[in-house]
Amino acid sequence: MASLALRNLLHDKVRLAVTLVGIVFALVLIVVQLGLFLGFTTVTSAVIDHSGADLWVTAVGMQNLDVGVPFHERKLYQVRADSAVARSEKYIVQFATWKRPDGLQESVEVVGFEPRDGMGGPWNLIEGDLAVLLEPDTVIIDEFYKSKLGVRALGEVVEINGRRARVAGFTRGIRSFTTSPHAFTSFKNALTYTGLAEDQTVFVLVKAAPGADVVALQQRLRDSVADVDVFTTAEFSKKTQDYWLYTTGAGVTVLIAAAMGLIVGLVVVAQTIYATTMDHIREFGTLKAMGASNGYIYRVILEQAGISAVLGYLMAMAISIPVVRASQNGSALILLPPELAASIFVLAVVMCTTASVVSIRKVTSIDPAMVFKG
Amino acid sequence: MDAAISVRGLEKVYESGAAAARALDGVDLDVARGKVTLLVGPSGSGKTTLVSIMGCILRPTAGSVRVMGREVAGLGESELPRVRLEHIGFVFQGFNLFPTLSAEENVALALDLKGIRGSAARRRSRDLLEQVGLSDKLRSFPADLSGGQKQRVAIARALAGDPEIILADEPTASLDSHTGRAVLDMMRSLAHDRGRAVVIVTHDSRALEYADRLVRIEDGKIKEQTQ
Ligand SMILES: Nc1ncnc2c1ncn2[C@@H]1O[C@H](COP(=O)(O)OP(=O)(O)O)[C@@H](O)[C@H]1O
Ligand SMILES: [Mg+2]
Repeated sequence: MASLALRNLLHDKVRLAVTLVGIVFALVLIVVQLGLFLGFTTVTSAVIDHSGADLWVTAVGMQNLDVGVPFHERKLYQVRADSAVARSEKYIVQFATWKRPDGLQESVEVVGFEPRDGMGGPWNLIEGDLAVLLEPDTVIIDEFYKSKLGVRALGEVVEINGRRARVAGFTRGIRSFTTSPHAFTSFKNALTYTGLAEDQTVFVLVKAAPGADVVALQQRLRDSVADVDVFTTAEFSKKTQDYWLYTTGAGVTVLIAAAMGLIVGLVVVAQTIYATTMDHIREFGTLKAMGASNGYIYRVILEQAGISAVLGYLMAMAISIPVVRASQNGSALILLPPELAASIFVLAVVMCTTASVVSIRKVTSIDPAMVFKG
Repeated sequence: MDAAISVRGLEKVYESGAAAARALDGVDLDVARGKVTLLVGPSGSGKTTLVSIMGCILRPTAGSVRVMGREVAGLGESELPRVRLEHIGFVFQGFNLFPTLSAEENVALALDLKGIRGSAARRRSRDLLEQVGLSDKLRSFPADLSGGQKQRVAIARALAGDPEIILADEPTASLDSHTGRAVLDMMRSLAHDRGRAVVIVTHDSRALEYADRLVRIEDGKIKEQTQ
């Protein structure tokens, strides 16, 4: 037998449409906002997460990857003195001005690493290779930023902070969350571009020896190297994410928008489920008179909510997935991993169930004696 | 023979704000199986109140109510639905069908409450609708049925749980006299041929001839009973 819940829902198609629009609106808003949040989070720490390093040595008080304070390279040798350190290299990340071949200026983030080692360098190269960075004045950028940086092909020459730079490789999918794309180059080139003194570095990246206890090494380096902070890659990644998400308010904004979506959805769905319940209040009275338990009646209302949630979820995904796809080529990356999609489904069910509470309370309070009236 | 329903010293006072209305005032009544008991009286005399209490929908202020031998006056809100489900079928003046369900599904819903589902429910609801002469209306929705047909669906639904007691409040008030008679005929045969205890509340003087027993109620008191 077709369920009473389904029939009652389908009975008033306009109201069902309003319910679904409410749910879909809320869910799409939540997917986009949380997807932006995830995309933003992933992008802020992508260079750290792909670095291949185990530990990051920074000046004291560093909050993130992007705004660093230089220190003397002497500390690199102090780091290397620990036998548990397999490799360690100087590393630099600094904003700089990029002058396009057509003369227009853009901002970039110069990332200087040791190409012979590769730690902290680019990944997903689609043209060129790391070795080209051993040549002077070479940089690798992401294909996504070709037009922004005024570059069409390998070999084009630009200026970074007034110094010559030749595009020697392209990556795919290395996005910047700021308006400044990454320009990967050798540490040596980066010194030139940024004007940093020869004996300075901004980071020291450390790869621990196989089987070494990274946390113990971190502790030893803290003790043995003065005036630095030592973070594991995971810690520094988290620190950088938190900095950009919370200190700047960017993350809070998207979370608030997601919460708004949830509230709007709850209110709309609660309203329409309540209205549907009120339309059929006499039937609920009849059900009670016929001997239905409260549990039976709750199930009818919850089934209405559940069907609405499933339909709303499917429609919301049908809208969100193309939006997420489109964002891969847009200015803001929206991620929708399976875990988020699954969480959104749970959220949809919870939202619709919560929205039913008012209706359930109403129906619990009706007097079955109403059935004898009129 | 013991009565299907037996009430003693029944009092019902509706407390609404300052004014309290005494709807029933010392009612004693036995409802017999296999008989049609007709409850008549002026509007506001307490008929609906009495039927609601006998049907375990309303709790009395004082007095005893035994349904199929079980005292129910002291039962709580959570236990009364079971008693209704097991022993009582209701027929209402306004039919109270589920408008979004077909005739067959309306009956099947009552079976669903009793845990009867699937093909067994389908067979039984068709059977019941056939008994009330509606085998050609299985898939019709209430909106497409006449008043008499609706009331017959309601009777089929009331019978779904195979209750010993049928309580009907003004079942013919919304029907023309011809269909009203057909409905009363049907209810009489439920009592006489199937041994149900049938209580009909009515204003309709034409119903009097269907009574095995006539109970006249006024101001919440039973004025006369005739066999
Ligand atoms: N829910 C209620 N609240 C207050 N008074 C009520 C309620 N239901 C019925 N009454 C009063 O109880 C009396 C009996 O009503 P009722 O049983 O409906 O009579 P009948 O069915 O014979 O017309 C009337 O005076 C009516 O106004
Ligand atoms: Mg009445």
